[in-house]
Amino acid sequence: MSDVAIRVEGLSKRYRIGLAEERADTLASSVANLVRQPVRNFRKLASLTRFSDSSDDAEDIIWALRDVHLDIPAGQVIGLIGSNGAGKSTLLKILSRITEPTSGSATIKGRVSSLLEVGTGFHPELTGRENVYLNGSVLGMRRSDISRRFDEILAFAEVEKFIDTPVKRYSSGMQVRLAFSVAAHLEPEVMLIDEVLAVGDAAFQKKCLGRLDGVAQEGRTVVFVSHNMSAVRNLCERAVLLEHGSVKQDGQIDEVMNTYLNVDTGIPPEQVWDDPTTAPGDDRVKLRSIRVTAGGRLLPEIDYSSNFDVEVNYQNHTQNLRVAVSVHIRNSRGDLVFTSGNTPDATDGLDPWYGKPQPVGLFKTTCTVPGRLLNEGAYSVSVFLVGAFVKDAMARAPEVVSFQIKDMRRGEREYQGEWQGIIRPILKWHTESVEGHEPASIEA
Amino acid sequence: MLYLFQSASEVGPWCENIIVMAQITDQQNEDTGSISIQRIEHTTGWRVVDFREIWEYRDLFYFLVYRDVKTRYAQSVLGIGWAVAQPIFMMIVFSVIFGRLVGVGSDGLPYVVFSYTALVPWTYFSGALGASTGSLTSNKNLLSKVYFPRLIIPLTSILAKLVDFLIALILVAVLMIWYGIAPSIWAVMLPVYVLIMLATVAGLGMWLTALSVQFRDVSYGIPLGIQLLMYLSPVVYPVSVVPDKFRPYYALNPMSAVIDGFRSGLLGATEPQFDLLLIGSGVALVLIVTGAMYFKRTERIFADVV
Repeated sequence: MSDVAIRVEGLSKRYRIGLAEERADTLASSVANLVRQPVRNFRKLASLTRFSDSSDDAEDIIWALRDVHLDIPAGQVIGLIGSNGAGKSTLLKILSRITEPTSGSATIKGRVSSLLEVGTGFHPELTGRENVYLNGSVLGMRRSDISRRFDEILAFAEVEKFIDTPVKRYSSGMQVRLAFSVAAHLEPEVMLIDEVLAVGDAAFQKKCLGRLDGVAQEGRTVVFVSHNMSAVRNLCERAVLLEHGSVKQDGQIDEVMNTYLNVDTGIPPEQVWDDPTTAPGDDRVKLRSIRVTAGGRLLPEIDYSSNFDVEVNYQNHTQNLRVAVSVHIRNSRGDLVFTSGNTPDATDGLDPWYGKPQPVGLFKTTCTVPGRLLNEGAYSVSVFLVGAFVKDAMARAPEVVSFQIKDMRRGEREYQGEWQGIIRPILKWHTESVEGHEPASIEA
Repeated sequence: MLYLFQSASEVGPWCENIIVMAQITDQQNEDTGSISIQRIEHTTGWRVVDFREIWEYRDLFYFLVYRDVKTRYAQSVLGIGWAVAQPIFMMIVFSVIFGRLVGVGSDGLPYVVFSYTALVPWTYFSGALGASTGSLTSNKNLLSKVYFPRLIIPLTSILAKLVDFLIALILVAVLMIWYGIAPSIWAVMLPVYVLIMLATVAGLGMWLTALSVQFRDVSYGIPLGIQLLMYLSPVVYPVSVVPDKFRPYYALNPMSAVIDGFRSGLLGATEPQFDLLLIGSGVALVLIVTGAMYFKRTERIFADVV
C-alpha cells in the first residue's frame, strides 16, 4: 500500500509542570512570600506556555512525545500501546488537532473523526434526541447526516422508547449506549479512538467491538488506543509500542504485544490454546487458557502491593472426574518460590469444586496471590491438572506464562533501594527497652 | 478542499511523497470531491480568523447555542421569567434610591422607564460578558476532547444571551405603552446600537476569555469590573450630567453610546449624542478586531492550560 493516510514526522510535545513552592520557615519570610506571591504566580502561569531553547532539559519540563515517526497506510487498523504516561493520548490529541505539537509535523489525508471520550457534549437536561444531534455535531457530523442515520443510531443504542426523555433520567448504561451509538455511525476516512470501550456492559462492549471491526473492514484507517489487550489483538494488524514518549517498537501485533507484556522473560502473561489437539492434557481433561491478571487486567507489571490472580481454564471431557489444580511459581533465577494447589491443606477457605465429581464442561479455577509477598522481579508460572487424591498429572503446562512484580511506590518509600531475597513479606517488628541506666522514654 | 502547504520551506524532506499524495488527491477529488489533507504542526504569531471554517462548523454552533438556551432555565419555576427578573428588580431598587431618595434627573421621563431602558442593554452586556468569559473553563471537556474552531465557544454564550435580551426588550414596549411614550424617529438607529453592543461584548469577551484560560484572576475580576463600569455608563443618570471636560473619556466606553442610543430612540426625550456614537463605535471596532486576534493567537494553548 503506497497510499499513506497518516504521516507523523519527528513529532515532539513538551509540557511544563509546576515546580514545588518555596517553603517559608519564618513568620517574616511567609509575610514576604505573601507579598511576592502574585508576582511569582504571574511568572509561573505565564511560563506555562513559554519555553526558551536553553531550558530544554530543565527539571520542570516533561516531554510527552519525543521525535515520533510513523507512517500509517490508508485502511490500516493500528493499535497504540504502552503504559500510562507513555504518550499515547498525547499523540491522539495532536492528531485530532486538540493540542499543537512543539515540533515536528503530522499530515493526515481524509476526513478525521476523533473519539477520545464517548458522549462529549452530552447535557443531562437535554433529551436523547437533542443529545444525539449535539454529540453528532460535536464529532463533526452534519445535521443532515445525523437525520439520515437517526433511526439506525436509535436502533443500535436500543433506547427508542426514551428518545424524548432527558438523558438525566437514563441509566448510565443507556447513556453510554446512546453516546457510543452516535460515534459508531460516524463515517470519516480516519478514525482516532482512545480507550472508549472500557465503558458499558459486556454485551454492549462486544457489540461495539463488532461494529469497530466492521469499520475496519470498510477500509477506514483507525488508530486505536486501549489497555484492553484482547480488543487490540482482535482489531489491529499492527501495533506501535510507545515508551516515555518515543516509539519503542512498531510491527506485527503479536510481536509488539509480547514486548510490551513481558519485558524480561520472553513468556507472555497469557496463554490460550484454541486448538484442542495441541493443548496440554490427555483425553480426560485439557487446558484451555492460563493468564495472570491484576484487577482483572493483563498488565506488563503488577504492583508489589496488589493482589493478582492466576486464572486457569480447562475443559473436562470425563463425567464425574475429580480435578485438582496445582501452580508452581519460579523466579527468574529458576528458584521455585512456592507451590500451591486447591487442596484444602493449601487453600484459605474451601474451593467449592475441590474433590467433587465434575460434569463434562468448562471450568475456571482462580488462585489469588496476595500482594506484599513476592519481591520485585520476573516470575514464571507452571500449571498442572492432577486427579484429586492422586499424584497422577493429567495436564502439564510448565512455565507457560509469566508476570513481573514491580514496586510502583518505590519513590515514596523510606528505603528506596532494592530489597534482597526471594520474597519480601511485610512482618511485624517491635522494639522495647529491657534494661537501662535512666528510665527510658520514647517521647524524650 | 485541499489544505496543502503555505510555503516551500515547510515542504521538508519528503516533498516527493507530497507530490504523489497531491496527485492522488486530485484524482480522488474528481471522484468524490471530498478528500482533504491536513497538516498539523507548531504555529506561531498572529493568525486571522478562519471564517470559512467557522461556517463549516455552523451546525455545532447552532446546537451549542440551542443547548445553552434550552438548559439555562431548565427545571426552574419561573423559567424564562428569570431573563427579566434581574432588570426589573434593579429597576425597582434604582427607582426608589436614585429616582425618589436621591432625586437623580431622568430627562423629564418617568424614572422607571428611564432606568429600565438602560438596564436592558446593560444586563445583556454584563450577563453575556460574564458567561463568555467563563465559557472556555466550563466547556473544558469539549476543549480537551474534540477539535472545532475555539471561537465558537465564547460566541455561543454571547448569542445565547440574546434571547434574554429580546425578552427583556418586550417589557420595554409594555412600559412604553403604560406610560404612553412613543419612540422617536431615531429608533431606526437601534440596529446600529445593537451592533455596537454585540461588537463590544464579543471583543471584550474574546479578550477576557483568552486571558481567563491562563489567568483565573480574570474571572474573579470581571464582576467587580462590570459593577464599576456600570457607574461609568449612563444607567442610573442621564448623559447630560457628565461634565464636558470628561466627555471625551466618557465616550471611550461604547456602552455609553449604546444606552444613550436606546434612550433617544425608544423614549425620544433627547437627541442621540453623535460624539458618543462615533467614538464608541470606533472603540467597539478596535475591541472586536484585537479581541479576535488575541484569541486566535492564544487558542493553540487552550487545551494545554485550561
